[in-house]
Amino acid sequence: MMDVGRHPKIELLTYSEIENVTGYIGNFHVNVRKKARYVDEDACTACEKCAEVCPVVAFDEHQLGLASRKAIYIPFPQSVPASYLINMEDCLGTNPIACGKCLEVCDPKCIDYDEKDSIIELDVGVIIVATGMDVIDPTVLDEYHYTEFENVMTSWEFEILTGPGYVTGSELLRPTDRKVPKSIGFIQCVGSRDDKRGHPYCSNICCMNTVKDTLYLKEHYPDMECYVYYMDIRTFGKQYEDLYKRSKEMGVRYIRGIPGDVEEDPETKNVIVAVENTTTGKLEHHELDMLVLSVGVEPRVETADIQKILTLSKAPDGFLAESHYQLNPIDSPTGGIFLAGCCESPKDVKGSVTQASGAAARAERLLSQRRVKVEAITSEIDPDLCTSCGICVKVCPYKAIRIEKKKAPAEVIEAACKGCGTCAAECKFGAITMKHFTDDQILSMIDAMLEEKPEEKICTFACNWCSYAGADLAGLSRIQYPPNARIIRTMCSGRVDEKFIWYAFQKGAPVVLVSGCHFVDCHYIDANRWTQKRIEKIWDKLEQKGIRPERLQLEWCSAAEAKRWQSIMRAAENLRKTVSKQEIEETIRILSNGDKPKTKAKAEAKGKKKPKVTAASSE
Amino acid sequence: MVEDERRIGVFVCECGINISATVDCDEVTEYARTLPDVVFSIKNRYTCAEPGQEEIKRFIKEENLNRVVVASCTPRMHEPTFRQCCADAGLNPYLFEMANIREHCSWVHHDRKEATKKAKDTIKLAVARARKLESQEELTVPVTQAALVVGGGIAGMQASLDLADAGYQVYLVEKEPTIGGLMSYINKIFPTMD
Repeated sequence: MMDVGRHPKIELLTYSEIENVTGYIGNFHVNVRKKARYVDEDACTACEKCAEVCPVVAFDEHQLGLASRKAIYIPFPQSVPASYLINMEDCLGTNPIACGKCLEVCDPKCIDYDEKDSIIELDVGVIIVATGMDVIDPTVLDEYHYTEFENVMTSWEFEILTGPGYVTGSELLRPTDRKVPKSIGFIQCVGSRDDKRGHPYCSNICCMNTVKDTLYLKEHYPDMECYVYYMDIRTFGKQYEDLYKRSKEMGVRYIRGIPGDVEEDPETKNVIVAVENTTTGKLEHHELDMLVLSVGVEPRVETADIQKILTLSKAPDGFLAESHYQLNPIDSPTGGIFLAGCCESPKDVKGSVTQASGAAARAERLLSQRRVKVEAITSEIDPDLCTSCGICVKVCPYKAIRIEKKKAPAEVIEAACKGCGTCAAECKFGAITMKHFTDDQILSMIDAMLEEKPEEKICTFACNWCSYAGADLAGLSRIQYPPNARIIRTMCSGRVDEKFIWYAFQKGAPVVLVSGCHFVDCHYIDANRWTQKRIEKIWDKLEQKGIRPERLQLEWCSAAEAKRWQSIMRAAENLRKTVSKQEIEETIRILSNGDKPKTKAKAEAKGKKKPKVTAASSE
Repeated sequence: MVEDERRIGVFVCECGINISATVDCDEVTEYARTLPDVVFSIKNRYTCAEPGQEEIKRFIKEENLNRVVVASCTPRMHEPTFRQCCADAGLNPYLFEMANIREHCSWVHHDRKEATKKAKDTIKLAVARARKLESQEELTVPVTQAALVVGGGIAGMQASLDLADAGYQVYLVEKEPTIGGLMSYINKIFPTMD
């Protein structure tokens, strides 16, 4: 930590948050909000005089509330920067100054009650996301009476209690009588590997954390009885199994079985655990002085904010998704952005450090090139066809299109265009060409697809980053589904022009499926919102024309949802089977006759419900 | 380019048995040759392996190909590989197209007849697109010589130090008043217990 603080090449911005990021690989512009500390971090000498006179006693976040701090405080003695700060919610008030004691005793005069947040602008070529993870809140899974019994605590709190003298001096003391416990139990997988509550995944670190805790206890208190209640002990890492063996050799009892019931002795405040030992098949009761819940981990709330700001993808478990699971596990799907540590998945310290060095190397590879090629998938505007209507400017998620003067044709800022193609899909005048995904290319694919036996085929548009990737994962996972879909890949579902859909129906497609990213996952910020708006309009038009609107399906499927892709494919195939040759012929007739809907068909269509946006989710 | 000048080569990959187990690659290769503007088609064991790539380069020259379609796996994996291969043979990388007959076909359908039918269609679509492909020039942009690291936990600190030691300017942004992250709460660390 000290090395980071004093490195001449590192500018540390603590108590700061990313507000906004614009730009692209090699050229990101970042706005950072540096929150007011009310103490000048460079001038503060951490002399502690301010905290000595502060009359406020507040919850110490860094001790998880097991200790208190003042309103002016330093998070912990080795903090970097080694500077105090004021929590203004705790402070007695500065307007008017109600206390001001700290200011009186501060020798370097580094306290400023009127300090304001500041915005810092940065230009960088690469971004490494290392937003970490969080520990799950055990109060929501209260079968072990964490909120009621004082001697039931989390592994996280245990870490504080056994820390280097912060809270209870050099001894581990149990909360109710401040005595060293004679017996202690650990319950594994609290909030992990549970489909119903907590999280379905394995949190990766809790088994070894408990093994570590028991070793610590046995080294300090050889006579303490230690029990570990578990489903499976996972000691997959280098030297991990040795540690587990040592723990067992030192007398820690590992019991395969998760306690069903926990009670408290009202007098001694001991905790009585009832557990079925599945190795012996017998029910055991253990009276323990303390019980530790080995809680799982989860993505930090802030990671979701960063995900939106940087348009990253997340896996269904909420951790950030890597570009490719095996072959590109450090790069995010967005060029120039890399993932390090537990924001990507739960990891131990070694795993985090390893991935961080990997991320630094991946970033350096880009920085050292000094120039980088960007894909030539950008849009182009024909000034002769452009009417300066401004719709492209409105829909562009990257503000990459501008109209400089009134009535002047729109212009694309090529380096800022990321190639979603929404502008080309929305332009009513055919003035925009999406390079490498042109109308002509896509219409030719529809022609080729529906040239023979169109009635057997589902004309599918899948976005590159989520739906197409989800279908790839279905392949990798060998998940089977009906073979009738023919996929046209576009970079974003926003590229799917209304005319593609009409053309497909005109050529005899029984079903047209448009599949994009879930809203929070859209690789192009919010381009898929335009997809939805467009599809909703087409549904209305289909209804007016007397064509069953549900024959146009809109779905959202992430890169990690292989099973969902299977459901989407099955639902689309079931739908296709309901479309008869006559119905297709009728559609072709309606569409080639212009806009005159057949009265009977119209009445029929009106009687039907609007199509559900997610037909597959009902499976 | 005038229409009759298009010369498309289709390279069908067996991917060992990953594709050939459910897709009749001979039939597909034959079929590809019947598609408009396709002047050449061939089957490889592994198109992405060096002999496969050498074959692409060779036939671009020998058959004077100006569009290349590889029918193999997902473009999300090997499109950069084959684009580079085309570029090495002097063909603009944007004149390359892929037909995904593995992830979207052989791996998800057991029925050989149906899978072969779908593979043919997938190639037909890819050829239709390839006929309309045009050369593109990629823009090169400068890389700002600085890095942003978001989060000052153990991972953020390590990444910052590595980049800073390599001589790059690093901005480390941390939400809390101190760096350290979860690590700063931990007493001992397994497996070394220090």
